[in-house]
Amino acid sequence: MIKEYLKIDKVVGPLVEVSNVEDVAYGEVVDIKSRNGEIKKGKVIRLDEDKATIQVFENTSGLSTDNSSIKFRDEAFELPLSKEILGRVFDGLGRPADLGGEIFSRRKYNINGRAINPVAREYPRDFIQTGISSIDALMTLIRGQKLPIFSGNGMPHNELAAQIVRQAKLGEDSDEEFAVIFAAIGVKHDDADFFRKSFIEANAMDRVVMFINYADDPVAERINTPRCALTAAEYLAFEEGMQILVVMSDITSYCEALREVSSAREEVPSRKGFPGYLYSDLASLYERAGMLKDKPGSITFLPILTMPNDDITHPIPDLTGFITEGQIVLGRDLFQNNVYPPVDILPSLSRLMKDGIGEGYTRADHPDLANQLFASYSKVQEVRALSQIIGEDDLTENDKKYMEFGRKFEDLFIAQGFEENRNINETLDLGWEILKVLPANELTRLSPELIEKYYNN
Amino acid sequence: MTENGRITMINGPVIRGRGMSGFKMREMVMVGNKRLIGEVIILEEDTGIIQVYEETEGLKIGEEIVSTGKPLSVKLGPGMIGNIFDGIQRPLLKIDEVNKDFIPEGIGMISLDEEKLWDVELTVKQGDKLKEGEAFGYVDESGLIRHKLLVPPEKSGIVLEIKDSGKYSMEDVLVVLDQDGVRQELKMYHEWPVRVSRPVKVRKEIQELLTTGQRVLDMFFPLAKGGTCAIPGGFGTGKTMTQHQLAKWSDADIIIYIGCGERGNEMTEVLEDFPKLIDPKSNRPLMERTVLIANTSNMPVAAREASIYTGITMAEYYRDMGYDVAIMADSTSRWAEALREISGRLEEMPAEEGYPAYLSSRIAEFYERAGYVETLGKSEGSVTIIGAVSPAGGDFSEPVTENTKRYVNVFLGLDKELAYARHYPAINWLDSYSGYIKVLESWYEENLSDGAIPLRNKMLELLFRENKLQEIVMLVGEDVLPDDQRIILEISKIIKAGFLQQNAFNKEDTFVPIKKQYRMLQIIDYLYERCKESVALNIPISMVKNQDLFDELIKMKYTVPNSDLSKIDEIQTMIDDYYNELNGKYTN
Repeated sequence: MIKEYLKIDKVVGPLVEVSNVEDVAYGEVVDIKSRNGEIKKGKVIRLDEDKATIQVFENTSGLSTDNSSIKFRDEAFELPLSKEILGRVFDGLGRPADLGGEIFSRRKYNINGRAINPVAREYPRDFIQTGISSIDALMTLIRGQKLPIFSGNGMPHNELAAQIVRQAKLGEDSDEEFAVIFAAIGVKHDDADFFRKSFIEANAMDRVVMFINYADDPVAERINTPRCALTAAEYLAFEEGMQILVVMSDITSYCEALREVSSAREEVPSRKGFPGYLYSDLASLYERAGMLKDKPGSITFLPILTMPNDDITHPIPDLTGFITEGQIVLGRDLFQNNVYPPVDILPSLSRLMKDGIGEGYTRADHPDLANQLFASYSKVQEVRALSQIIGEDDLTENDKKYMEFGRKFEDLFIAQGFEENRNINETLDLGWEILKVLPANELTRLSPELIEKYYNN
Repeated sequence: MTENGRITMINGPVIRGRGMSGFKMREMVMVGNKRLIGEVIILEEDTGIIQVYEETEGLKIGEEIVSTGKPLSVKLGPGMIGNIFDGIQRPLLKIDEVNKDFIPEGIGMISLDEEKLWDVELTVKQGDKLKEGEAFGYVDESGLIRHKLLVPPEKSGIVLEIKDSGKYSMEDVLVVLDQDGVRQELKMYHEWPVRVSRPVKVRKEIQELLTTGQRVLDMFFPLAKGGTCAIPGGFGTGKTMTQHQLAKWSDADIIIYIGCGERGNEMTEVLEDFPKLIDPKSNRPLMERTVLIANTSNMPVAAREASIYTGITMAEYYRDMGYDVAIMADSTSRWAEALREISGRLEEMPAEEGYPAYLSSRIAEFYERAGYVETLGKSEGSVTIIGAVSPAGGDFSEPVTENTKRYVNVFLGLDKELAYARHYPAINWLDSYSGYIKVLESWYEENLSDGAIPLRNKMLELLFRENKLQEIVMLVGEDVLPDDQRIILEISKIIKAGFLQQNAFNKEDTFVPIKKQYRMLQIIDYLYERCKESVALNIPISMVKNQDLFDELIKMKYTVPNSDLSKIDEIQTMIDDYYNELNGKYTN
């Protein structure tokens, strides 16, 4: 039975309070009809006696305390899903935003999902080749992984994500079905257009599902956008058995929306005004990536976030890094030196890489080579710091070699074209080629056999 | 007769009810039509606040709150080893059978398998006098663990009735005691409230090393059986890797691994790895001594808060059987954040960074449950707590790290710079400390050598001096240092690359017996002394530093087998040969 109430007590930002309600469930979806007949969606986020607090997903301007009608829908926030969603564009609340009409489905799916039972998970081990040397060699993407891109304003994270989407390969001659879910959370119109164009250029539009919340769309809507996208991903992966790559931009906008709603609720803030449950909330998104033992599909998750002021210790990248399985960090210095993609390899990391590379996965020399490249490039930073003080000319011969290694590594290995697709063998061979700049006794992470096989040839 | 309350407020995992005057503080309750599990955390007249351990979506005002009459408890009995539970001891494998892949709400309070038949061996007879904490029988729970059936605390008496040894299930009464005229029925299990520590006869002094096979720990910052340790580190510094290594290789009898608010895939990894890994001492799979508790970051936040207590209670139970138990909590920060989240929903006055003012006392209560004890049953056992801390922004001055530091004795600070350089374990030797050096001195003397602690101190001091020298090097370069200082830099390089760095993925290096660790450190020291000697003869550093020899020492972790240390003697001969000849050339 759907009940209708006609009086609103209070409207504060995205929150609406209604009293004298009966039989309302926590988390229930609400339709609010304003005076001019426009219907806004919301959700019950607090119940106290006969008072309900509703978080409205749309702009609350135009709502008045009288003459509005509030209907409790007696259901949670659910999305109808079928395979027809492929190729479609939806708004931030999962409503069709193109001319394709409604999605019909026998089943609707709660957008909050449910936690995956850890015993049902399959540990991810399959290497995804992105064709980008820095990522494939040093922070390998694994199917079912959540690997965010930590970027800063103005840096080419969108280009990098688009390149990954275009080039990602699950392995030679894989005949598995593959689809991309793209969620835009508070992004600029031209950023969303950039992605749309790059999907069209890659001739991939029919296997892309887009959920778009623009920067000028209501802030509260943003809280549901990633949930809609991940629910669609879960459906395609675990019910249709597809391999799904979820790209989401920008998590920072999402967190700011969460902060806005939290402050409207007058909650006790923790760091930088973000709510204390930011970690749990982000986890409820990120942890939806993965693979299941008894299902063929997978969800690989590439969230993009722009670090405010390039600060990796800001709560958003910080909490994200604690939940995700590594991170790809873009560096301002490399970007300013015209290195594309400007992947700063030292703070970057893939936690699942150790089990998905090496013999039987990529190539036997991969783990040690990666280790050596990290160690040597880390030494380059020390030498550079020293050379800024005493000048490059006064460095020891050994240190000069490190300077050269650093330059070559950045210009030839990290840097590559937007259209350039290197396979894993090319990438690893290139790594060895550049290591040859250094004398063999500096390569402490490599066994004599590896040095013999790759370095001396 | 239990009374029922009614829900009057719902705010995330926190609900308020009325009509709860008969309820008790910290009591476990069933909430709503779905029978969600919750715990009373505040009572005021007939109003109570409850934290709910499951998702509250769909709850309505006016639904019932049912009292269970008992506090949040765990069932302690056979069936825990090798199993994986959620934060309130519900078996995840069983849940997966009920509902495939995803965790539903309202599954109720299930815990140990009640159907399974165990081979019970009863070791007492009619007329025996049994005191609390004494064993009346045992069950071989796994190939490694003999599970002693204990008389629960506060129960004792004369055996009135006893079953024959044989196959029994959980609910079968095995022994009946006469406790001053009261019949006490003893089953294979008993329940214990998680927030109350189990009684012991007496707490004893810490005296034994908890060997881990990790060089930086065993030789530099040792853990002790019954001790406490915190491992703080920003993301990507290898907290979980370090915890996994400790869970795999430390010589405790039982490991309880709590994944508290961490990644689902990490638990999956443990579940896949541990059954395959073989315990070096017993040649049985490591899973046969491990209990897993998984409350991953996306599971309900209140159960995350409880998971730490569930784990420590299980640990104390096994300790009471006389075992050395180590508990890994990864990560205690998530537990503290769960406290903060609940506290925020209760609109309590926040202290630092939004954490409740009682954060410090809760942390203290938790770590104080560690200890080396004489149990009620008069055997010795211990609980060691190793807690990971995830400081926000990697900043060790935040409240959880600060407060933890006050209550733990070993502090292993993980360092971002080391992790970036792929120096693992990324334990910073300048920040870290172990408060057990003094009490373990005699252990080292008896079990290793008189020279172990002095050598450790000397090497650590060398690293401190190297750090100071590096500051100068950063300003003026290495060339201008005098040779006796440059040799410190060179030897420190060997300590760092050859000793402190340990490769968890290398078969020989992932676990190293303490004898080899000591020999490795000795030989590095030997090389240092020989180098100093040569430098004193004014031999140029380029000659003193023989690259092949230095490389030999860096690689000895791989080239010297754990089972055969004679290879180190060979290296010593090589060192002697080289420096004897070198010194000979220069003295003539």
